[in-house]
This record gives sequence, structure tokens and C-alpha cells, in this order.
Amino acid sequence: MSTDVSSQSAVRGPRASTAVLRVNGQERELRIEPRVSLLDALREHLGLTGSKKGCDQGTCGACTVRVDGRRVLACLTLAVSCEGHEVTTIEGLAADGALHPMQAAFIDRDAFQCGYCTPGQLMSAVALLEEGHAGDEAEIAEWMSGNICRCAAYPSIRAAIRDVRDMGGGER
Amino acid sequence: MRPLSYARAADAGSAIALVAEHPEGTFLAGGTTEVDLVRQDVRRPGLLVDINDLPLNGVHDQRGGGLRIGSLARMSDVARSAAVVARFPVIAQALEAGASAQLRNMASMGGNLCQAVRCAYFRDVASPCNKRDPGSGCGAIDGMNRGHAILGVSDKCIATHPSDVAVALVLLDAVVHTRGPGGERAIGIDDFFLLPGDTPEREHPLSHGELITAIEVPAAPVARSSLYLKLRDRQSYEFALVSVAAAIRVEEGTVAEVRLALGGVGTKPWRARRAEDSLLGQRADEASFAAAARQELAQASPRPRNAFKVELARRAIVRALSTLANGAAR
Repeated sequence: MSTDVSSQSAVRGPRASTAVLRVNGQERELRIEPRVSLLDALREHLGLTGSKKGCDQGTCGACTVRVDGRRVLACLTLAVSCEGHEVTTIEGLAADGALHPMQAAFIDRDAFQCGYCTPGQLMSAVALLEEGHAGDEAEIAEWMSGNICRCAAYPSIRAAIRDVRDMGGGER
Repeated sequence: MRPLSYARAADAGSAIALVAEHPEGTFLAGGTTEVDLVRQDVRRPGLLVDINDLPLNGVHDQRGGGLRIGSLARMSDVARSAAVVARFPVIAQALEAGASAQLRNMASMGGNLCQAVRCAYFRDVASPCNKRDPGSGCGAIDGMNRGHAILGVSDKCIATHPSDVAVALVLLDAVVHTRGPGGERAIGIDDFFLLPGDTPEREHPLSHGELITAIEVPAAPVARSSLYLKLRDRQSYEFALVSVAAAIRVEEGTVAEVRLALGGVGTKPWRARRAEDSLLGQRADEASFAAAARQELAQASPRPRNAFKVELARRAIVRALSTLANGAAR
């Protein structure tokens, strides 16, 4: 079902070509087809398996990453569309071997059980504080609703977010 | 996912030309519908033309109090725009009631208007669906149709239009601006959404290669007193069972101006003109609101599984209008 557009230089694919992604501050070169999602590019091509594939259809939030600082879903993002943009994954959250305050708070509050949704929860939680939507319990719940936790660790996740909010927002 | 080609357009002219000359080409904005449906094999574009670099993401004040919202403005950015919050709270509320924070950061306003229905039969390529595969039949009419439409239905399709903000935009008589191979045009939003009729595969009057460039919201002082009420199966991150966009001006206890639109119940975002007409000049009280709601819903064609929406919509209309009339709007 591919269109023959090989005569056009601006068009790439359907076969793989070289793409350059900036992930966690590093330029990474990879060969991918245009249909490859950012999530598959991270996990299968770059070995960054922290971002998780839950539903692969934009409903669970396990693949949440940040592109140019905005939290987005890597499963509904084409990797080639991220060229020229800054991608941050869960692997980019800790710095110099020290946990991000939100990661530390999740451990303190036991904010997970199986842990599968945790990378997405953390990426969303850090973005949430920067967006200024952690005012009260209801606001946190509303603005974290795009991250599903089937172990239902929600109260502890909200507690961890409150802790970091009260510490001053998690900025380092 | 099937293989496809990709191009990133530098300007609107080349984006339009690329799609226009490729029968299987389509525009890629936020991708929250398109990438999902390509992966489900519901859509099979051979070429995606990425328009995210085009300078169409502003929210601009218009002289006289209106707004011009760029088609690539993201839902999240529009929802927090000061002009939108102050002058058109119904737009901000509808946007923040939709999807999740991540999806709102991705999804564009133009794409929101073009989003596909959430009907499970449409999304399941093994099921018949007149919208996806014209002439194949409708799995929903006698199937699992609890979430389906009761207004604007046909014997070919009863899928509900899923957008929240489109309900607010229908309320406000927005205008959709487009540019295509044949030039530019403006389409009134009520004409932008087509009833399914005998051609449910045709949802918009857009021609191949025609790009939405902006959504214009005309000035509407009444919209300062407007709200969006959304009722759903869970508190957040869910499509509406029934939603109401409303704006009202009451003078000396009487309805001097009123606008009403419904979501979650129509095959298109539903402007409730029958209810509006019956309310003008009436006492602004619950009895009038309920009578107006009945007027509108008299034309409903419910199925056994979604018949509850008639009563739910009636109550939602009364609650929305009462809230505004009592000055208790958020």
C-alpha cells in the first residue's frame, strides 16, 4: 500500500533510511522506516527499554516521554517526525547517578506494585509539576488521568507528587 | 503497521501539492487519530505529509472580540490561552474535558475536527462498517450501541461524533478556513460536519489535499457566561455519554439570548436550535429548560441500549442552563 514517490527528494520511505534523533541530550543515528513509532525506535533500535508499551494505541500512558519538554505518547508519535526535536525518556531523568526527586518520592511512598506503568507515571508527574497542575488531590488526579495503573497505586502516586510539590517542585 | 512514505512539508503550498498529487496521501498533524488508525489498519495512507512545521499554531485576537485559532494550535495551548479562558470559557472547559494531558499536548485543533468516530465496529476491520467500507453494513445498529448516537442517525450509521471542543465551536458559530489545490474558502462549522445519511464515509466537505488553516470564532459577548458540562462513565479521560455546551443571557428573569449544543448524542456536534427557539422570551427557570430539552429530544431515534441518553440529555440540559441562569458558572 505504499505510494511510489521515489522521484521526490523530500519524501522518504517506505524503506528504511537514516534518521538522527536527539535523545536525553545525545545525538543518536538509526536506520528506520517512516512507520516506526518513537516508542519502537527507543526500545528496539536504541536499546532504551524504560519507556513501556502497554496498549500501543494511546490509551494507557505507559509510553509517556517528553518532546521539547512537553509530555506526549511515544506510541502515537512517528520517530521520523522527532528529527530536530529534543526527546527525553525515563533514562534521562536521573542525573550523575542520583535519582530525580520524583523517583526518590515514588520509592518513599511505595508508589507502584508491578512497576510496568511507573516510567510513564514518572514522566507525567515531573511534567505535571512544571505545568502547575498539582494544586490539590482532585487536580493531580485529573491531570494524571492519562496514566493508567492496573495495580491501582494511585493514592501513593498522588502522595509522591504532593511530597515533591511541597519540596519545591522537583527542580534541581 | 503497513509500510508508508513520509515527507515533512516546509510550507502550506508544498504540503497541499504533495497530498493533492498522491491519491493515497494525507496530512499528519498531531497523529493521535491518524497513527492509531493506520496501526489498526482502518486507514491505509501510502504517504503521510507532516505539516507540524507550518506556522499555523497561533491563537490571535480579532478586532471586535473574536478569535482566530491556527489549525495546528494544540488543544492544551488553546485551553490555557488567556483570551479563550476570559471570553470563551466553554472552549477552554471542553478542551480540558477531552482526552488526557499527553494527548492534548499532541492533538491539533484542525485534527480534532477531523478525528474519527470511536465506534468499535469502525475500529475493528473484521466487522462490517458503512463508514470504513461503504456498503458492508452497520454492526452497531443492532449491536453494542450503548455509546452511539440518538440524533442525526441514519439506517447506514449511528456512530457518535467524539469531539468535545467541536460542540463548543458549533455553539459559537465558528468558521473553518481551508486552503486547497483550488484556493481558499471558509466553511460554516455546521456545514463542516455532515450527517451520515446514505454516505457515512463522507464526514466533511473537504476535498483531497484541502488543508484546514484556521478556526475563526466570531465575537459573542454571551459566551462570557458559557459552560461545558460533560457526563461520562468515569470521572476523567473518557468520551461523553452526553455533553452540553451552553450560553445564556437572562434579563429580568426572561431568556433574552441562548445558545445550546449537545455532544455524545449526535452523529455530528449537535446545535440544539429547536430548544433555543422555544426558550427565547420564556421564564429562565427549570420548567422552561425542561420543556425546551423535550422539544429538542422529540426528534431522537434511540436504540434499546442507548435509550437512556434521552433522559440523561434532558437532565443535562436543565442542569447546564440552570447553572448558568443562577450565575453559578465556573
